[in-house]
Amino acid sequence: MTDDRTFPSEPSGPFPTPPVTYTDQEGREIEIRRFDADEDLESLVEMYDAFDPADRAQGIPPTREDRIREWLDDITDDDCLNVVAWHDDTVAGHATLVPDGDAYELAIFVLQAYQQARNGTRIIETLLGYGREEDVEKVWLTVERWNNPAINLYRKVGFETSNAESFELEMGLRLRAED
Amino acid sequence: MKLLLGVGGSEDSLTALERTVERVAETGDALTVVVLDNPTTDTPPSEIERQVREALDAAGVDAAVRRLDGDPGSRLVEVAEDEQYDRIVLGGGETSPMGKIKIGSIAEFVLLNSHVSVTLIR
Repeated sequence: MTDDRTFPSEPSGPFPTPPVTYTDQEGREIEIRRFDADEDLESLVEMYDAFDPADRAQGIPPTREDRIREWLDDITDDDCLNVVAWHDDTVAGHATLVPDGDAYELAIFVLQAYQQARNGTRIIETLLGYGREEDVEKVWLTVERWNNPAINLYRKVGFETSNAESFELEMGLRLRAED
Repeated sequence: MKLLLGVGGSEDSLTALERTVERVAETGDALTVVVLDNPTTDTPPSEIERQVREALDAAGVDAAVRRLDGDPGSRLVEVAEDEQYDRIVLGGGETSPMGKIKIGSIAEFVLLNSHVSVTLIR
């Protein structure tokens, strides 16, 4: 996956940095924090174990607990950036930036019960704030082209379509101006 | 069954080669391997062809090996339909750093255009 990607010329933002606390549209108190490998892993596995397979995207999250653990192990490596949204002791959502050359690939998952309550927007904004704080310059993602709610969310925070020629739409965002 | 395996040199196409050869060694299906002109890989066709022959020899599988020039997807579909193959076999896509599956451009074209059944190897 080393295709030449394009990114907007202007940086997006500003974005909040974790921790972020708010009340979602269903009146639930949510806190978004940086992922803590020692404390958070089991709750995150639980969320993905409960995840509706209809909301999978391009094969992730994987099904089966052993595959979920293997995948989480990869994307919570030291060079990755992860935030987790908590409703009390339950994980409501998770978003991640995984390094890919000089850019990062982004993915976000919101548990079904917490969708359509603006949680996706809060989680992705907080992840981008965390990314900027950590000097991430460019972010890209792919999304299935029929997934309009996701595409609208990405557009809202500043992603622009960079490749529309295949099954998946590719989008890019800039967090820091070019040197 | 008469199989047409397309190999363009990407990592997933080489996995498809390995798995198909293994399978054909067991089933005795009639296999033709075509080396495609894949614009997204740097490996020259001669090197891909060498790897194909090596894999076939190692498994003791007898298969025709051909080169197809021109647009890989449309040429593959054309050969499969004209020469009445039962199935086209291709690599099932690469994964991004995140683990997302991304189907290659040849597979996309073949899936949407082929009247011959298609198998993607994962």
